[in-house]
Amino acid sequence: MSAIDKSFGSVSALSAAHLEIMPAEVMALVGQNGAGKSTMIKILNGAFRLDRGSIQFDGKPWSAGSPQQAQRAGVSTIFQEINLIAYRNVAENIYLGRELKRFAGLLDWEKMNQGARALLARFSIDLDVTRPLGEYSTAIQQMVAIARAVSFDAKLVIMDEPTSSLDEAEVAVLLNTIRQLRSEGVAVVFVSHKLDELYAVCDRVTVMRDGRTVAVSKMADMSKLQLVAAMLGRDLADVRASGATAFGEGEKAIGEELLVAKSIAVGRRVSDASFDVRKGEIVGLAGLLGSGRTETARAIFAADPKSKGDVRFAGKATNFKSPADAIAAGLGYCSEDRKVQGIVPDMSVADNLTLALLPTLTKMGMIDEAQQRKIVLQFIKDVDIKCSGPGQKIRELSGGNQQKVLLARWLCMDPKLLILDEPTRGIDVGAKGEIQSLIQQFADKGLGVLMISSELEEIVEGADRVFVLRDGQVVAELEHSGISEQAVMRAMAHGASKDAEFIEVPRG
Amino acid sequence: MVDYSPLLRRYGVFIALVLLILFNFAVTPHFATMQTLSVNLTQVCTIVIVGVGMTLVIATGGIDLSVGALMAIAGAMSPMFFTGELFPVPNIYVGIALGIVFPIIIASFFGLFNGWLINRFSIQPIIATLVLFIAGRGIAQVSTNGDLQVFKVPEFQAIAIGRVLGVPFQVWIMVVVVIIAAFVLRRTVFGRQVLAVGGNEEAARLSGVPVKRVKLIVYAVSGFCSGIAGLIVIAMNSAADANLIGLGMELDAIAAVAVGGTLLTGGRATILGTLLGALIIQLVRYTLLANGVPDAAALVVKAGLIILAVWLQRQEHA
Repeated sequence: MSAIDKSFGSVSALSAAHLEIMPAEVMALVGQNGAGKSTMIKILNGAFRLDRGSIQFDGKPWSAGSPQQAQRAGVSTIFQEINLIAYRNVAENIYLGRELKRFAGLLDWEKMNQGARALLARFSIDLDVTRPLGEYSTAIQQMVAIARAVSFDAKLVIMDEPTSSLDEAEVAVLLNTIRQLRSEGVAVVFVSHKLDELYAVCDRVTVMRDGRTVAVSKMADMSKLQLVAAMLGRDLADVRASGATAFGEGEKAIGEELLVAKSIAVGRRVSDASFDVRKGEIVGLAGLLGSGRTETARAIFAADPKSKGDVRFAGKATNFKSPADAIAAGLGYCSEDRKVQGIVPDMSVADNLTLALLPTLTKMGMIDEAQQRKIVLQFIKDVDIKCSGPGQKIRELSGGNQQKVLLARWLCMDPKLLILDEPTRGIDVGAKGEIQSLIQQFADKGLGVLMISSELEEIVEGADRVFVLRDGQVVAELEHSGISEQAVMRAMAHGASKDAEFIEVPRG
Repeated sequence: MVDYSPLLRRYGVFIALVLLILFNFAVTPHFATMQTLSVNLTQVCTIVIVGVGMTLVIATGGIDLSVGALMAIAGAMSPMFFTGELFPVPNIYVGIALGIVFPIIIASFFGLFNGWLINRFSIQPIIATLVLFIAGRGIAQVSTNGDLQVFKVPEFQAIAIGRVLGVPFQVWIMVVVVIIAAFVLRRTVFGRQVLAVGGNEEAARLSGVPVKRVKLIVYAVSGFCSGIAGLIVIAMNSAADANLIGLGMELDAIAAVAVGGTLLTGGRATILGTLLGALIIQLVRYTLLANGVPDAAALVVKAGLIILAVWLQRQEHA
């Protein structure tokens, strides 16, 4: 792909961007959100048309009218969200759209099941292909998506953040799959925000920034720091000085008790979670995927009913019946999945930002639009949301900016406790730092924060205390110097150990 | 090349309406008369009124198939009050007042029932409202023994055919309903909440929006609007026929909403669009009839319009 231009309306998304991939090569494509990675990918796979520029594929000019056409021509794309049908079985999903038929148009189940099994065996995956896809974990579903892509005789497989919802073991399997693809002569474009993964599997890296290609290098020739610097467009010295996350150091005075959760149980996923958050404190909730972190958080916020347990909030025993109750008491919850549970895509930045606050912004039943505008402009400035104005539709914003709007949705309520579920997932390095320092800043002003994160760095550097969940139980509480990546990982893996300071919770 | 498509999407309905009117000026005989205007306006009123309620329902991501049946219930019950059939009324005005208020309240309650079904059992709106789509007309027929009730009560019929400032009274009702609904949708918290529920229900719930209450209210409003429309129909005909009142109205209303540019999946709605959409549908039908095309063929054209409207919506998401 060379000299690609693309603009949406008056906004230029790509200008003279280029991307070159060799056969049997794993190419990392990195950049902050809004750098143009996704646009680039969507032009390549036919979802968007390019304004200017040219694409060559396999020695011939390339133009795909749709992702389906691209797939048939040898370019398959696997997105972060899996585009398969959860209710149909694995084999059906693999053969979706080109089912094998017997005479008279009947489906040839036997052959499809065999084919599916053989295909998955290539990636050393052994599963029952006649079970519905939805019964398997996200990682397995992702593998099936990859297997499906490969079965189209793909010469190039594009993976857009395939690892963002996988745990470590699953990531390892995925990386092996990528190596397997490479050994079969398939080229891979791998988009990820996690640097370790890139170094583990990629041969070369293309760095994009502001719609341009700013660096192309062998992976081995570029240090992590250089890579981050290229993405951010900053000096190396700058990056080194600011550390890996934007959380401040130091310990502060312990505030008064804010939230005490005792023996929370939720369905089958959480059996016994006890923890507490004090005023002005960032408490990390760590655990592997499936350990019940999100379920616990949602139960506290009354987004789902809890089956057992007591919650004390701000000194009073509470039993919230709905999120509305929790909000009224001074809680806020930023969900893990921005798109599904966060933004209202067709509404403006202003309406999204004030969605929870709106009922208080009224004059005789009408929305006080002047007041709304004032608050929104204030937060756009304070939180540094990059948008064309309060009226812009939120779906047009980059992920990082959407997340800032969602944070502002709660911050403008002046809450006592904010529950953040993966606040920086899928967000570029720059916006991530901004969001982290924002959290710190509000915690310093007395806000209690309960933060769930899969990134150890974020938990270790960000949290004042850490509770570790394992299989639905809180197995360890770590404090101050006791918080280290090793201690957290050990607790995730083995439960409480001698090295971790295990304190008998609860205390209230 | 300048891209006109956003402009076209935004003002397409309006442009289509203007073109249609111009076409009629040129082709249809006697088009530029007060009578033509009057006929068209009175025929479009009920579609618009029901369409307004439907717009709110669709804005939450739902749909209401029961509107025609609720019109029949309101329309069939009303005469029982003002003719004194149910119980003797002291004077005709009391009867009329009861005959207006009660049927509308009853229709609203049935709307509330729709919302309750949807909330309580998490049934898809299309199925939940199918219940009253079927049963509602049955209720109306049973309550009148399936008989045609003919009446001659000019005081009541004034709500349809009386004139204020030369404009039929039902047109005034329509205008008021449209203005109130447009205002509510655009300027009130409830309006935003309706759109938030339709745009992303889970996000709305997690932000403290009373999702269930919002849904209850929009279905009740839809029932309310249907009630008004049912009364207008019987007042125009000076007869109530439970078999015919509001027959097929759900489709006209949904068509008006779709043509008007409200997103059928919810989250974006325009009351003014619904008004224009209803006018287009009515005018197309009139144009065809006035130029000698049979009503049956007009139905096909109406279907074509809906397809066009949905296609335009799809373009936006591509």
